[in-house]
Amino acid sequence: MSTREVDVREVNTREAAAGRTPVAAGTGHELTYVYAVGRDDSALRRTVGRLSGVEGHGLRLIDAEGLVALVSTVPSDVFGERALRVLLEDLTALEAIARAHHGVVDAAFAETVVLPLRLATVYSDDSRVVAMLTEERRRFEELLAGLDGHVELGVKVYADPGAAEPAADPPRPAAASAPPSGPGRAYLAQRRARRRRTEDLYRAAGDIAAEATAVAGELARARAVHRPQQGELAGRAGENLTNEAYLVAVGEVDRFRERVGALSRRAPGVHVEVTGPWAPYSFATPDTTGDEVGS
Amino acid sequence: MSDSLAGRLAAPPRSTPAPGHQGSSANLADILERVLDKGIVIAGDIQINLLDIELLTIKLRLLVASVDKAKEMGIDWWEHDPSLSSRASRPPRPVEGRPAEADRTEILAEENERLRGELDRLRSALGPAVGEVEREEGTR
Repeated sequence: MSTREVDVREVNTREAAAGRTPVAAGTGHELTYVYAVGRDDSALRRTVGRLSGVEGHGLRLIDAEGLVALVSTVPSDVFGERALRVLLEDLTALEAIARAHHGVVDAAFAETVVLPLRLATVYSDDSRVVAMLTEERRRFEELLAGLDGHVELGVKVYADPGAAEPAADPPRPAAASAPPSGPGRAYLAQRRARRRRTEDLYRAAGDIAAEATAVAGELARARAVHRPQQGELAGRAGENLTNEAYLVAVGEVDRFRERVGALSRRAPGVHVEVTGPWAPYSFATPDTTGDEVGS
Repeated sequence: MSDSLAGRLAAPPRSTPAPGHQGSSANLADILERVLDKGIVIAGDIQINLLDIELLTIKLRLLVASVDKAKEMGIDWWEHDPSLSSRASRPPRPVEGRPAEADRTEILAEENERLRGELDRLRSALGPAVGEVEREEGTR
């Protein structure tokens, strides 16, 4: 089986890509964009034919010593050093590339274990990718063996004061017990009550987050802590308090979802979201394999 | 928010998380934190250097943190950044259409503080490169 299959889609997409890069260095040669590394595997070979990657470029495999890299041939005027930097600063383009990169990793991981590479890992040609695979073979094989049969699940705990707010006509106990007063006092009492509710909510959320970590830890092999997400991109009402990733054996995924997800019903305004399964992004780097849990 | 960057970048409406693998519907913030912050780092031939990636990540975090809040802090790099020139001409958009409640101010102040803390942490994580910028600012 040839490792250098020419992709027919490439011809079209290259033409399409050529018109959209005013910042191009203009050299116009081809580069090799690497998405992920896996074992040479018939499932992967079948899958790559169906996939398309960044900017619609076709996928192919480059193999070396039993390992394969999932790659696309990309034009240097889009993925060359300067062009790439500009491209990644354009948030719309960044989203498209991030989603395409993830799409390839995700589809491949649905077939077999793969190691996702950091976004925008680009080589000058296929021989450089072969050299990389050869050089890193031992490390890749160890990681693949360790991650095989596992998936990454995300666990995020949110506190949403809006959702914890009592329904219409709140009792306002502080205001009721206060002596008759002007609107200023009533306002302050109301604010005190609201602050108390918020404090209670965050306390409950903290407890639930700790329990989520404990429950998840029982069912997971490793844990990685991410920064809490903030703002509109977080895509959910309320504040994200904890954001963690767990490496979970495939057979434990349902139990993990069920038991960790059940914590969502513990307190109004506290939400526990389980995301995934993801390819093992957070556990694919040898020096940051996450804390081994239960140790 | 429909005309803000975050609005345009926002994840599609979410209901229940999709079963099975995270496809195209996955939350953009979840994807970005994985593809930019995680995954195997191997030196490619075309390498946007580490500092560039770090700066990009900081910018993204500020964006993710909230466009309006960042603007209120005076951080609006995307309005002036030459690489984003298509947007450079867009005038800053004041926060509007929202009642000026006392509570909102309080929330904003808290959020502001949190963002500053986040920025400090990111700066210290970046180390000497950003230190240089600060030194420049200090010598006046």
